[in-house]
Amino acid sequence: MDTKPVTFKRTSREESASFDRSVIDYIQNAAAHGLYEIRGMGAKRKLPHFDDLVFLAGSLSRYPLEGYREKCVTKTVLGTRFAKKPLELDIPITIAGMSFGALSANVKESLGRAATEMGTTTTTGDGGMTQEERGSSKTLVYQCLPSRYGFNPDDVRRADAIEVVIGQGAKPGGGGMLLGQKVNPRVAKMRTLPEGVDQRSACRHPDWTGPDDLAIKIHELRELTDWEKPIYVKVGATRTFNDVKLAVHAGADVVVVDGMQGGTAATQTCYIEHIGIPTLAAVRQAVDALEDLNMKGQVQLIVSGGIRSGADVAKALAMGADAVAIGQGILYALGCNSETFIQDSQHLSALEGYDALGTAPGFCHHCHTGRCPVGVTTQDAILEQRLQPEVGARRVRNYLKTLNMELTTIARACGKQNVHHLEREDLVALTLEAAAMAHIPLAGTNWIPGAGGGY
Amino acid sequence: MERLTFDLASSSLSDMNRFLHRELADDDRRHVTVLNPDGAHNIAVGLNHPVTVEVQGHAGYYAAGMNKHATVVIHGSAGTGVAENMMSGTVHVKGFASNGAGATAHGGLLVIDGDAGLRCGISLKGGDIVVGGSVGSFSGFMAQAGRMVICGNAGDALGDSLYEAVIYLRGEARSLGADARFEDMSDDDYSALAGLLAQAGLDHDPKSFKRIASARSLYHWNADANQEY
Repeated sequence: MDTKPVTFKRTSREESASFDRSVIDYIQNAAAHGLYEIRGMGAKRKLPHFDDLVFLAGSLSRYPLEGYREKCVTKTVLGTRFAKKPLELDIPITIAGMSFGALSANVKESLGRAATEMGTTTTTGDGGMTQEERGSSKTLVYQCLPSRYGFNPDDVRRADAIEVVIGQGAKPGGGGMLLGQKVNPRVAKMRTLPEGVDQRSACRHPDWTGPDDLAIKIHELRELTDWEKPIYVKVGATRTFNDVKLAVHAGADVVVVDGMQGGTAATQTCYIEHIGIPTLAAVRQAVDALEDLNMKGQVQLIVSGGIRSGADVAKALAMGADAVAIGQGILYALGCNSETFIQDSQHLSALEGYDALGTAPGFCHHCHTGRCPVGVTTQDAILEQRLQPEVGARRVRNYLKTLNMELTTIARACGKQNVHHLEREDLVALTLEAAAMAHIPLAGTNWIPGAGGGY
Repeated sequence: MERLTFDLASSSLSDMNRFLHRELADDDRRHVTVLNPDGAHNIAVGLNHPVTVEVQGHAGYYAAGMNKHATVVIHGSAGTGVAENMMSGTVHVKGFASNGAGATAHGGLLVIDGDAGLRCGISLKGGDIVVGGSVGSFSGFMAQAGRMVICGNAGDALGDSLYEAVIYLRGEARSLGADARFEDMSDDDYSALAGLLAQAGLDHDPKSFKRIASARSLYHWNADANQEY
């Protein structure tokens, strides 16, 4: 008899779907330490995202523009509702708020230089404005956060726009967090904290509660700046339809909506993975809210949370955003998760650093430790040297430039002379989930699950 | 000294604020009177000169918000967030103050003759606050630096999650917040307190006050803690 060897999938080696190896690792860590995991970055789980949408470009029914020669405008104006001095950006791609404290001063300088070269904005974070970023940024957005660390009227006056932060996508309802190893003397001084404390920011603003109070707070910032500067309101994506309406009611010029793929420098994993809604669902709700109030075009919408490529930017714009903000993508451009860091044009290995953190390039989310092997998310005097401002500035500029080229390529393919002319009708969805969340028809059909039935 | 008067019954708040921001010389020490404030919000926010502003009546939210250098006197009561994020100068409320009085103040002195509402001195960052009366619950929440003097009583959770700010309490607190504790008064405390009381024009005996400061047990994570705080 023929005895060909057969390889069975052994039931004795069957992995549980509910209790897979990651879950077992999680439970055993909890059992060993009695403390939740804290990490950086955004949601790692697979979510409905812009990848689940594709464009319908020009063909017989629409005609495309010549990819290289015909003009495609990317100019973006933010803050047209009340501010006397709206921001005029060359591209609809901005750099998201990330704190000095989470990032090194070198990184903040790199971001300012790159944003200035590209004609866009960069944003402060929880921890105040540094000279490095003000000096290097032509147009700087100054955040007003619950903690108010380092917040002062001189910097309000020095800023080009103010962003009142209600929440962020990685942790809606949660305050910032900066572990003691990153609270070095300079960070501590800026935040009026003892050096080395595990800093946990407040999650609610100290001097207002609810949307009616927020309206007065925004009015204060307008009075303080003589109505010159655009005022943004940033919300983490949860009840986005209502939150955007309330932000508009409170008097925002610009609403920033940050989906759950948005990153953080440190927070509890349970927050990152289990609180908030995907960016795709949030954009749609935000646009619905603006249209419902007849405020589309008057109040601008910035979308963030997992924007990576020019295609993502184009899809966000087509869905109705006026601009996007990028955080994690910028960090990766700076060298986050690379095997090497660049010192005077030499690539040097960072592998030992990853090893010391118990991780490897491609998986690292250890921003919270301050031991960033490539010198991006650190306050360590030695490690921060691994990111030279001119290298960082060049890489971020290149990244933004690439995104903008991809964006205009897609817009031209769709026959648009202006990236802001991209529209919902240019998109179709590849999955039922994306179709339902984005209210965009499933490809090849005119079916939008749930259409007409509300959310 | 030249006196200026703005009557908010007939001129706009924005015009007044803009004048105070833009039309004063750096060392301007003029005396400004605000008539008919009528509870308007955001009176005299963002001042940046050593002027004296007297508000003749009640002020709404954020009166003298983010004050720098100026002296602002409110001859009435103040709404939420009076002198919020003050950097320097003095703000004196002759009546009562609502919630979040002196929130996040980095410097300067806030004096409230009457009582203050909830969260007085929340996230204080180096400013000084003297309250002649009592304060509501959650006062001094997460206060990082600076001093708070409470001549009356305090509500619940006084000094919750304090950092390095110090609270001096003459009356009783309904409860102390997480990580706040009574500590012995030192000679430095008595002299600091005497100075603050004198600045506020109060003649209480410093010996009648208790000191509340952080036990610093929340400064670092403790895996063995049961997180009941």
